[in-house]
Amino acid sequence: MPEPAVEITGLTMRYGATVAVDDLSLRVERDSVTAVLGPNGAGKTTTLETCEGYRRPQAGVVRVLGLDPVRQRRELLPRIGVMLQAGGAWSGVRAAEMLAHVASLHAHPLDVGMLSDRLGLAECGRTPYRRLSGGQQQRLGLAMAVVGRPELVFVDEPTAGMDVGARHATWELLRELREAGVTVVLTTHYLEEAERLADRVHIIDHGRLIASGSPLELTRGGSHATIRLVVTEPFPPSAPESLRAALGAGIEVLPVDAYSLVISGPADATTLGKVSRWCEENGVLPESLNLGQRNLEDVFLELTGRPLETA
Amino acid sequence: MSTLTLTPAPGAAPLPRMVLAQARMESRLLLRNGEQLLIAIVIPVIVLIGTVVGADHLHQLRTERPIDVFAPGVLGLAVMSTSFTSLAIATGFERRYGVLKWLGSSPLPRSGLLLGKVGSLLMVEVLQLVVLGGVAAAMGWHPSLDPVAVLGAVAMLVLGTAAFASLGLFVAGALRAEATLAVANLVYLLLLAGGGVVLPTRWYGGFGHVAWLLPSGALGEGLRSALDGGGFPALATLVLVAWTALGTFLTARTFSWE
Repeated sequence: MPEPAVEITGLTMRYGATVAVDDLSLRVERDSVTAVLGPNGAGKTTTLETCEGYRRPQAGVVRVLGLDPVRQRRELLPRIGVMLQAGGAWSGVRAAEMLAHVASLHAHPLDVGMLSDRLGLAECGRTPYRRLSGGQQQRLGLAMAVVGRPELVFVDEPTAGMDVGARHATWELLRELREAGVTVVLTTHYLEEAERLADRVHIIDHGRLIASGSPLELTRGGSHATIRLVVTEPFPPSAPESLRAALGAGIEVLPVDAYSLVISGPADATTLGKVSRWCEENGVLPESLNLGQRNLEDVFLELTGRPLETA
Repeated sequence: MSTLTLTPAPGAAPLPRMVLAQARMESRLLLRNGEQLLIAIVIPVIVLIGTVVGADHLHQLRTERPIDVFAPGVLGLAVMSTSFTSLAIATGFERRYGVLKWLGSSPLPRSGLLLGKVGSLLMVEVLQLVVLGGVAAAMGWHPSLDPVAVLGAVAMLVLGTAAFASLGLFVAGALRAEATLAVANLVYLLLLAGGGVVLPTRWYGGFGHVAWLLPSGALGEGLRSALDGGGFPALATLVLVAWTALGTFLTARTFSWE
């Protein structure tokens, strides 16, 4: 069996009194797209930067392509591509010039013109970095990460701030990279990104791994389904409690915000009937009542008891 | 239409190619920046013309021709502007914008990055030397060009670059970008006025002895002496080596890449 692309064992990282990463262990198999999903401040970037050799593990072991990212840095770096969450280019450098420069640091770079075309960077090739839009800066960052034809790319929040079109173009390129045999590790706090792109998802919260699996494995919770109830007036504070009592055992009620909650359990006619009766008895006017399969958002909510901020 | 082949083919370019690419990139960015060009070329030219034209009012010159006194000092000023002020400001903003951080993940090693920076300084300095030397020659400068003089002048330019670059990196690596911008410009102005680089240190009275021990004073005096046929500037060499050692020590101890 080939060694994994990334193997993290018992990684712990602290900043002063704050524990950013707490005894984290995870593996990334080769030729996969792996998403590290979690809210802002969950420890995603710290984990990634430890893999990239920027930070020395305070406890635990990190191996990337079988190498120690700190001690075997020079051997590792040419084989990986890195996209930082922000920045990385001179403010006065033109987009095409930056990409050509990065290409010149590699032995067998991609064709810069074709890569620019692919990522929609051709039309802003002569624009200085500081005048690129946020989405263009992100795409240039991605191009800089892949132009050296790495075996493994780490992309930190690759589509943050992108419009829908650019986001889909980016996903398409990341999928093609995987098809071509490149391992992709991305952090994201977009559920849709993890769900649609990733072969495997690691959910991190407060620096700890709380779930791992394919999007399908994570969302398939047995016979469970979800009912999402959205109302027009804020729920009374006691609503989750009283609804839970009305529904009986085996059914979970999770408040999302003042106007919506998620009911997780066997979503059959009986449950639906009980929900509508509860609404009637409590004078609650439903705006929508959606029945559906669990998605990663529901999984996160169930695991942590709070919704994943998708802002 | 040919398609993009994304299959992995990793590998670093040969080190000399990476260093040359980095040096060319950095010098291009430096010369593109208006403020940097101002202190690299425009201010030294103005200082050269201003001091020579205004020399009649200085009442300090004895028998020397003004151009022979001021031209070497202005070359020293040009070295100072590029290797200290421009380098510090550029590096400060490279830290700010994550350029150094990103390059830290690229195949270019830290040593290659430093070599690239040195290369870019030398490229810009050659340009400055050509422009300022040309203006000075047009104003009638006739420096001594015997081998000892040339060797001495080259030693001064190289050691001056090393001393100021190590100090510039110290400032850029320890302070925030805005503070670096302020300090690098302020130090430049103070040394221009009182550092003995353009104006000979003997004009400063008692402070002249102190100015001689500054990197600016040693560089200015060393260049004036060498290009005036005064032999190899040994004392200035010692002073500049000492400043380089201090700057390198401070930079190595304090520099943070982010």
